[in-house]
Amino acid sequence: MYGYIARRILQAVPVMMLVATAVFLLLRLTPGDPTDMLLGPEATPERAAELRRDLGLDRPLPVQWAVWFGHVLRGDLGESIFLRRPVVQAIWERAEPTLMLTLLSLSVAVLLGLSLGVLAAVRHGTWADLLAMFISMAGISMPTFWIGLNLILVFAVFLGLLPVAGYKPLSDGLWENVRYLLLPAITLGFYDSALLARMTRSMMLGVLKENYVRTARSIGLPERRVVLRHALRNALIPLLTIVGLMFAGLMGGALVTETVFKIPGVGRLLIQAVVRRDYALVQGIVLVIAGLYVAINLCVDILYGVLDPRISRSESRTT
Amino acid sequence: MNPSAAPVDLARCSDAPTRSRWYTGIVQRNAILIGGATLLVVLVAAALAPVLAPFDPNMVKPEIQFIRPNAVHLFGTDNFGRDLFSRTVYGARNSFLVGSSVVLMSCLLGTFIGLLAGFYRRLDTLCMGVMDSLMAFPGIVLAVAIMAAIGPRLQNVIIALGVVQIPRVTRLVRSVVLTIVHTQYIEAGRAIGVSDTRILLRHILPNCISPLIVQGTFIFGLAVLGEASLSFLGVGAPPYIPSWGNILGEARVYIRDAPYMMLLPGLALSITILGLNLIGDGIRDWLDPTSVARRLEAQQRAQ
Repeated sequence: MYGYIARRILQAVPVMMLVATAVFLLLRLTPGDPTDMLLGPEATPERAAELRRDLGLDRPLPVQWAVWFGHVLRGDLGESIFLRRPVVQAIWERAEPTLMLTLLSLSVAVLLGLSLGVLAAVRHGTWADLLAMFISMAGISMPTFWIGLNLILVFAVFLGLLPVAGYKPLSDGLWENVRYLLLPAITLGFYDSALLARMTRSMMLGVLKENYVRTARSIGLPERRVVLRHALRNALIPLLTIVGLMFAGLMGGALVTETVFKIPGVGRLLIQAVVRRDYALVQGIVLVIAGLYVAINLCVDILYGVLDPRISRSESRTT
Repeated sequence: MNPSAAPVDLARCSDAPTRSRWYTGIVQRNAILIGGATLLVVLVAAALAPVLAPFDPNMVKPEIQFIRPNAVHLFGTDNFGRDLFSRTVYGARNSFLVGSSVVLMSCLLGTFIGLLAGFYRRLDTLCMGVMDSLMAFPGIVLAVAIMAAIGPRLQNVIIALGVVQIPRVTRLVRSVVLTIVHTQYIEAGRAIGVSDTRILLRHILPNCISPLIVQGTFIFGLAVLGEASLSFLGVGAPPYIPSWGNILGEARVYIRDAPYMMLLPGLALSITILGLNLIGDGIRDWLDPTSVARRLEAQQRAQ
């Protein structure tokens, strides 16, 4: 098992390197650089050249790449040109809102998605199925920001139950934090819950036809137990991969939601960094997200073995 | 075994298909029709925008700003006194332009790269390496990055969203190529000396068409959504273009005082995407042999 984990981590290294290099090149090969943004339109070419020299941007690309990469290997993501702070620190300060938002959204997605999906499968072909599928179709079709605006309108403007926008850190208390994040989390989680509902439904429809489900029913187990313990548990295994991918996707996809609800998270930091062409910051954020992606996938694969004893080590030895 | 278990309900244990109501069948079987009809309405609105729109979508009239929806201004007016119905109708035009251009661009380039990557193993590692690293970005982040680099113009929105979709098309086409490149008829073609180009275009490409149609429908929807998101974030179409994203971006500021500004334009956007998703799902089920079997089964059941 430990050998398997170590091998997977080693396999992830080239992927991360490729991603890091791709971001590096993409930023530098597209027109515009941070000096335009730092100096404004009136800057003289001499001043710009001087600044480029100070920032090390006049050196050949392979040299810049090697310098940056050497720092990354030592755990140093460089310094943000605009924030004048280490990238690691800048990301860390914005991590809490995004992490909390992502976790809450994922809970919304899983709770809503699984219950809608199971309901639709158990009541297959009835109005409940149709309604659940309509909700999920609507969820996939409505743009995230529009869902967000509607939620703000109903729950914040009309009913006044929840704040319109903003963020309160965890240090102000969990309830205060969740109160501010509830609408954004529903906004962000709704799309994924819709997706999950559709997949849960089709997985469950397949599993409910299996022989062991019929057997479970024929020995007289209550329907509840058959659905939750025998059918859902087996349907869950493939769904786990999707949930893992969703978690990673949410981290990146949070940026529109963060903008709508004015949450000071990593997503907004990234947009800002991209627009200002803050090279080190963009590279750092993308690398962190890619790393999380890899880590989450690894966790999912390990969990697979826990949920389904048939997969476990024999499979992992071959991969 | 639990001796106190309830009496076995034999009906539950039978292999007979689960009960299905007549209306679910109608909705499922007609997904393409419902989606198509929805989309047709939007398409007609887009095509006839100059006829349908009662006002110039960019005409600024400060004296009539923030008018609620009424008989003259069906969707109301915005903060500049522009007629929102006219802007929404022109927005449909804009969305169709962006959607179809992105589909065309990503499908052409993606198919080209995918065919080459699947067919020539030496190109595969390089092509897929580049494609995978493009996919490592969340789509919207990549689009924002490209927009920041090349500036807020409508053509650039199309380029940015097209680049986001190319890797997805490439992966799809490559996977189709890989599954058929070793089939006997391709090898037979090679053996009698058919050129690579001819094999690719005449014998492999046709196999990619139906998955491409499904993917294209979804890309169209994603492109319309992407354009709206980019414009909403302020890095998409320039503000003077009446795009759905621009309308909603402006409406967000006045959500307290003029909520109608975002309701109807947003509904237009959602309905368009819904139509596209229904068509995509419908075509996919229609092309999928396993699901055809399921449908036949359903029909037999109904008889």
